[in-house]
Amino acid sequence: MDPLRTLWETFFDWESMREALPEMITVGLPNTLILAVTAALLGSALGIVLAVAGISRTRWLRWPARVYTDVFRGLPAAATILLIGVGLAPLGMQVWGPNPYPLGILALSLIAAAYIGEIFRSGIQSVEATQLEAARALGLSWGEAMRMVVIPQGIRRILPAWVNQLIALIKDSSLVYFLGLLASQRELFRIGQDYAANTGNQSALLLAGLFYLALTVPLTHVVNWIDRRLRHGRPATAAAGDDPDDLDLALPGAAGGNQR
Amino acid sequence: MSSSVSLSLRDVHLAFGRHQVLRGVDLDVARGATACVIGPSGSGKSTLLRTVNRLLEPDRGDVLLDGRSVLRDDPDALRQRIGMVFQQFNLFPHMSVLRNITLALRRIRKLGEDEAVAVAREHLDRVGLVAKADARPAHLSGGQQQRVAIARALAMQPQVMLFDEATSALDPELVKGVLALMADLSTQGMTMVVVTHEMGFAREVADTVAFMDAGVVLEAGEPTAIFESAAHPRLRRFLSQVL
Repeated sequence: MDPLRTLWETFFDWESMREALPEMITVGLPNTLILAVTAALLGSALGIVLAVAGISRTRWLRWPARVYTDVFRGLPAAATILLIGVGLAPLGMQVWGPNPYPLGILALSLIAAAYIGEIFRSGIQSVEATQLEAARALGLSWGEAMRMVVIPQGIRRILPAWVNQLIALIKDSSLVYFLGLLASQRELFRIGQDYAANTGNQSALLLAGLFYLALTVPLTHVVNWIDRRLRHGRPATAAAGDDPDDLDLALPGAAGGNQR
Repeated sequence: MSSSVSLSLRDVHLAFGRHQVLRGVDLDVARGATACVIGPSGSGKSTLLRTVNRLLEPDRGDVLLDGRSVLRDDPDALRQRIGMVFQQFNLFPHMSVLRNITLALRRIRKLGEDEAVAVAREHLDRVGLVAKADARPAHLSGGQQQRVAIARALAMQPQVMLFDEATSALDPELVKGVLALMADLSTQGMTMVVVTHEMGFAREVADTVAFMDAGVVLEAGEPTAIFESAAHPRLRRFLSQVL
């Protein structure tokens, strides 16, 4: 028996993949997207609250935000999902019945919020205080200065980190399988795993992997494109003939922050 | 620049926590005159400038434009009358050069888009950079950025201009162009307060030179009086180190 051939058949058995494909597309993909996108929205909303609390001058806002961030960033995602999914199950039972799905989303959101909060906080803090000062010196109000000058720069700087978090979320969403989902609730990983367990062939799991890559790889390229666009303006307004890439280092807002 | 005003500071005090940065500053700048503020680092020069447009509120003392206290004015309205230029230029990097100038014209002076663009272009032309209108600040040299920053301030038709070490962050070969622009503005009768380490500029352009040390103006007078016959030993020591 040729070991290479065995390896090939274990991972690239087209028949197994074809069998798993319809459920991947109709069940797994939608569930993965629902889990990741919902958790991204909830996590970002809570993340903003954490970011603002984290830079507050009030100790009673700053302190809980820091503790929250430390705890949810410090625990393994699997542990958090289990703790919340199982620990809050009796409570969830009363609210939406015996359905682990919302608790899975909640757990993913709480984890994401800890990371996203730190991302937002660093974004706001990375914009030099002198930008606010310059805007105020022109006569803009604090709100206008934040809206027109500080926040647009802060968002630009955190966008790559934020999308990285979305990528992590897409991958972490596979962990909700711990909570024992209904057949119709299974996400990509779980479906791949089920097929692999039933057939003894790993090809369906590899197919799930390809689905994850199809989601995450384009995202990284999208963010790079947005990042370039935000830094240099629309292609039409960029200085003609300039190669945008060799100007990155000269930008005050470029990643890695400012020399000041 | 007929709309210039006179500026007076009276016994201005300011502390950051327990650290007394300004300890009773007096300064008078006549309408259309240029005052240069010199002194060692940490003497409170930049802090003093920021009390004029109330980016920092003085703890005690008074700030007067044309003899009238401005400490009870709406700070945003006050700042429209006072242009400020910073050491690090502080252009908004996410906007084109033109948008840097039109932002406040549209938001504060409430000009329409076409009019704001026309005003901005006129001021860019004045600093010789109208060709850079659509570029981002990062595409400009430091000297060009500072000239845009000056144009941005002037477009608001200020009655007083504040310069906070406007050439300190520039490469030596770029300093001259910015100083020339400032001297030009001074001759045209803009009331200016210039914090600077450029002693040549102070000597040639200033009507008054004020020497600050440890939060007070130790000595002020005409440039010749300050540079040729300084009375205070600390000023003499400072001059011997920088000249």
